[in-house]
Amino acid sequence: MTTIESNPAVPVPVNPDDPTMRAPRRRPMRRHIPTAIWIIGIVALTAIVLYPLLWMVSASLKPNSEFGSNQGFLPENPTFDNFVKVMQGIAGIPTWKFFLNSLLLGVGAVIGTVISSSMAAYAFSRINFRGSKILFAAMIGTLLLPFHVLIIPQYIIFRNLGLIDTFWPLLAGKFLATEAFFVFLMVQFIRNLPRELDEAARIDGCGHARIFFSITLPLIKPAIITSSIFAFIWSWNDFLGPLLYLNSPDKYPLPLALRIFNDQTSTSDYGATIAISVLALLPVMLFFVIFQRFLVDGVATQGLKG
Amino acid sequence: MAGYVFLSPWLLGFIGLTLGPMVASLYLAFTDYNLFTAPEWTGLENLTRMAGDEKFWSSVRITLVYVLVGTPIKLAAALGVAMLLNYKARGTGFFRSAFYAPSLIGASVSIAIVWRAMFSTDGPVDGTLNLFGINLGGWIGNPSLIMPMMILLAIWQFGAPMVIFLAGLKGVPAELYEAASVDGARAWRKFLSVTVPMLSPVIFFNLLLEMINAFQVFASAYIIGSGTGGPGGATNFYTVYLYTRAFANNQMGYASAMAWVLLLAVGVLAFILFRTSRSWVHYAGDSK
Repeated sequence: MTTIESNPAVPVPVNPDDPTMRAPRRRPMRRHIPTAIWIIGIVALTAIVLYPLLWMVSASLKPNSEFGSNQGFLPENPTFDNFVKVMQGIAGIPTWKFFLNSLLLGVGAVIGTVISSSMAAYAFSRINFRGSKILFAAMIGTLLLPFHVLIIPQYIIFRNLGLIDTFWPLLAGKFLATEAFFVFLMVQFIRNLPRELDEAARIDGCGHARIFFSITLPLIKPAIITSSIFAFIWSWNDFLGPLLYLNSPDKYPLPLALRIFNDQTSTSDYGATIAISVLALLPVMLFFVIFQRFLVDGVATQGLKG
Repeated sequence: MAGYVFLSPWLLGFIGLTLGPMVASLYLAFTDYNLFTAPEWTGLENLTRMAGDEKFWSSVRITLVYVLVGTPIKLAAALGVAMLLNYKARGTGFFRSAFYAPSLIGASVSIAIVWRAMFSTDGPVDGTLNLFGINLGGWIGNPSLIMPMMILLAIWQFGAPMVIFLAGLKGVPAELYEAASVDGARAWRKFLSVTVPMLSPVIFFNLLLEMINAFQVFASAYIIGSGTGGPGGATNFYTVYLYTRAFANNQMGYASAMAWVLLLAVGVLAFILFRTSRSWVHYAGDSK
């Protein structure tokens, strides 16, 4: 088979009327031709899909004088000036502050999501209680609920609590497991664990708290890792939440800072705007490269959104 | 009892941040409320105002085009690439990850800024089209090119549904294809008679989820339109208009009514999908 494949010019004689010849000879032929096309196709597709990312990195290295004049992909005089400039910050706030705010929100989101979602998932999958079926259905229902019907009353609630311009409105939902995806992901995972472990522990006199901490949590580590990464990245990318609740620039996370850069400098200082966009995506891409298996497999098995 | 102890954070969130707000926004939908004085009951006035609000209807049209045109193309791309990847049994992990990456970052402000830059005058997209003699003069300032640009951004994020399709394709028994080959079926016929029916639960799942997500697109439209719905109202997506009404104009009642209209529209769409799914979604072991 390999010899035939490496010699595309050699025609394989096929007598279509001879059933004994047909099956073994046609297989390599059929596979062989698409292999070359397959590789070309898949590489071209990869280039197209990754092009915007490569372009943004290349554009961030172009000096401002090259925008408009240098239509080529690569900068003629690559420079880190854009990054140096952008690190100085905007609106009187140094850029590291935006990173710090994003980091605080992201870490808070991870802690809140993991605690509240794993507790809810344990209740749904391992404890029989009245109303558990209805509540589980309600939880699944919230997966399909457009957030628009919630943002206005939620805003009013947090406003009445005097929490506008603090991080609390952005974190409260995380500590209350409002993102049903994570609960669902962990429920699926716990359901696949053997129940015998719980039962053995119960016979030994363990209560639910002990079983949850000593048996369930250690065993669902992969689901916790997947949830943590998604919770962090979604928090890192969230734009609407901070837009609604944060007013003071010194509390802004990166997406809001990006918006100021975009509004104030995009016409005059193109390179800086692209550079800060690159910086803002960097941690996400880093996470992605390190944990891609967890993320992609999480999506594949749970039907989790991106 | 222990169940409710473990469930308490979720239950508190469900009641306080989901169920309660849903009921509250239903009430606000029938009021005039500016956040500073008490809500005033106005009955159906918000709805009648909506019916005569041209900007509302344009936001409905824009969003429907985006959902009904963008989502099927995105899913077709996802299925096509999944089949391409599934063709090879090994060594596709890298491509799977590479294609998935845009789904993770596509809705971010960074990518909206980059998209804006790429499609602007003298940007790389325009430059490439110029090579082929097509001169569009930049997409950003041209209201009629905003929608194609937004749909391209949606298609670029085909990775998430693709990964789900790929998992589904791995579950299709090879015997079915072999049986179809024995019966003389060609590629296209196999696709229609084996792949599509076997994948129909996954297609249904992706269609439902992607459509509901598409209705909620916000950050990209907001950034690309600089928060004003521009150019020429072309980025005035439903969510952007709702946000403007609620938080720029302080019309919480009107915006709540809009939110409930959207909820009902999504509900109707989901209902139609579920109803028609009986005729085209086949589950393994089903006699159909």
